[in-house]
Amino acid sequence: MIALPTVIRRRATGNKRASFWVYGLLIAFLLGSVFPFFWSFLVASRDSSMLAERVPPLIPGGNFLSNAARVFDSVPFWKALGNSVIVSGTVTFTTVLFSTLAGFAFARLRFRGRNALFLFVVATLAVPTQLGIIPLYMAMAEFGWAGQLQAVIVPNLVTAIGVFWMRQYTAQVVPYELIEAARVDGCSMIRVYWHVCLPAVRPAAAFLGMFTFMTSWNDFLWPLVVLNAENPTVQIALERLQSGFYVDYSLVLAGTTLATIPILIVFVVLGRQIVAGIMQGAVKG
Amino acid sequence: MTTVIRRASRRAAPAPTGPPRLTFRQRLSRADVKWSPYLYIAPFFVVFGVVGLFPLLYTSYLSLFDRDLLDVDGAFVGFANYVELFADKQFWTALGNTFSIFVLSTVPQVVIAVLVAALLNTRLRAPTGWRVGVLLPYVVSLVAVGIIFANLFGTNYGLVNGLLETLGFDRIDWQGNRFASHLAIATMVNWRWTGYNALIVLAAMKAIPKEIHEAAMIDGARAVRRFVSVTLPLLRPTLIFVVVTSTIGGLQIFTEPKLFDAMPGSNNGGSSNQFQTITLYMYQTAFETQHLGYASAIAWVLFLVIIIVAVVNFLLTRRLATTGAEDDR
Repeated sequence: MIALPTVIRRRATGNKRASFWVYGLLIAFLLGSVFPFFWSFLVASRDSSMLAERVPPLIPGGNFLSNAARVFDSVPFWKALGNSVIVSGTVTFTTVLFSTLAGFAFARLRFRGRNALFLFVVATLAVPTQLGIIPLYMAMAEFGWAGQLQAVIVPNLVTAIGVFWMRQYTAQVVPYELIEAARVDGCSMIRVYWHVCLPAVRPAAAFLGMFTFMTSWNDFLWPLVVLNAENPTVQIALERLQSGFYVDYSLVLAGTTLATIPILIVFVVLGRQIVAGIMQGAVKG
Repeated sequence: MTTVIRRASRRAAPAPTGPPRLTFRQRLSRADVKWSPYLYIAPFFVVFGVVGLFPLLYTSYLSLFDRDLLDVDGAFVGFANYVELFADKQFWTALGNTFSIFVLSTVPQVVIAVLVAALLNTRLRAPTGWRVGVLLPYVVSLVAVGIIFANLFGTNYGLVNGLLETLGFDRIDWQGNRFASHLAIATMVNWRWTGYNALIVLAAMKAIPKEIHEAAMIDGARAVRRFVSVTLPLLRPTLIFVVVTSTIGGLQIFTEPKLFDAMPGSNNGGSSNQFQTITLYMYQTAFETQHLGYASAIAWVLFLVIIIVAVVNFLLTRRLATTGAEDDR
């Protein structure tokens, strides 16, 4: 009788090893997830004639490097990569900086209008700012920024989701006492932020950084509006590749493969943290 | 912080005249306490004001003018753009397409995400590895997704049609047929987001107390029954959260239909606009035909549509959440 609860507990909480079927279904789902990557590499490593076959060969050919070289000839791909690194790097840095600062202020500093202002930030989460691109484009044209990278950087310097996320996290991990102790020791506000708050919120800031970098790297509509083919980001260069009258898919998919590899590497290295961040955010959500 | 200030004023108290005099350092410290918070939150408000709020408001102003990209002095036309819009067949087609793609991409996505989460919630070897695996599509850019799937769903040389033919079915005109094109575009959305949502659902499953499952177990409920009667009701708030968050993005879908077009670079969303979405129509009107006033009216109507759907979602959430709470009792 005494052993019974343990048995029940073990079975109820799934302490039994996952079955063959669970693995089978998960593998099927993963194959579905990976297949489009594999397919685009497959086409990129052959020539477009393979697409004419009803049952195409599933073994990569040897043309990937020559197709990749053609990508660099067709569009300014190096420039696009450099531009994307500059844009995403800058946007990530400023978003993390401004979001942690604002999160610190909203979570742990007392000032008049704090709650109302924070409510305003939350409300802006629901505002589809993408719909303001027409006046924004007119403004950028007025400043002479159309076609320039700052036109893509400035609108994304900080986001509501970043501020919201950092405020929630700071409120959880930084106790008021710690801040008051630092103040008594004579720290100015900015030093409290730098020496007390920032080290404590580092995991959330890292996740915010990765998330921002990926979002910025993959952004399409606004760069398409404001940049041009001579000074593109990676996504715009890809779209250019596909816009020819005749689409050479081994060329275009070589481009998508090249554009995906850097972010794939980031993902393989930091995937665990990204997964943890998404699941943590969900519970708090 | 308060200690410092109080001590300072006590020391200054014996001074005979007026308010306590503070040293420069103390005044600096007070100003620091008072104004720093505003300084720290200022960047967000400045950026949002300049690139978020102002453009949205200016969009509504622009929508009252007959303005072109090159013609700076467009005439004031009042609500004529809106009147024209509501009689515009292409607008209604685009609105229908947007909702159709939205539904086709939300419903299967939530169902599959729950199933995948249930699979991930079993006792697996290397659980994190599987979680990273299902998130993989999320890192691919929308442009890459659009290009790859446009190729897979190609009418003449696409792999999907090749498979269908091999299996003895007819080819499907994935570009030309309205419903088929919506299905193909929804597939892109589902492919990219299902794993992400599965992780959110998984997190919610992990948060369900084990005692509830144990109680059901003692009552004799088997695994499937426990999933339907215990897990699903408790997941309801999370599922609604997933649906609500996908609403705002889903109604603004742009990249996938733009890149799906068989005529590359086109903004038509197919030869008869069969898969043109509202955002794509807005983009076409503003930056291809360059009717900024009319495009602003489209943007503003889409804004209202999103607000209405969000409010309906919110009310629905509250109702379902309360019913859920009653069920639990």
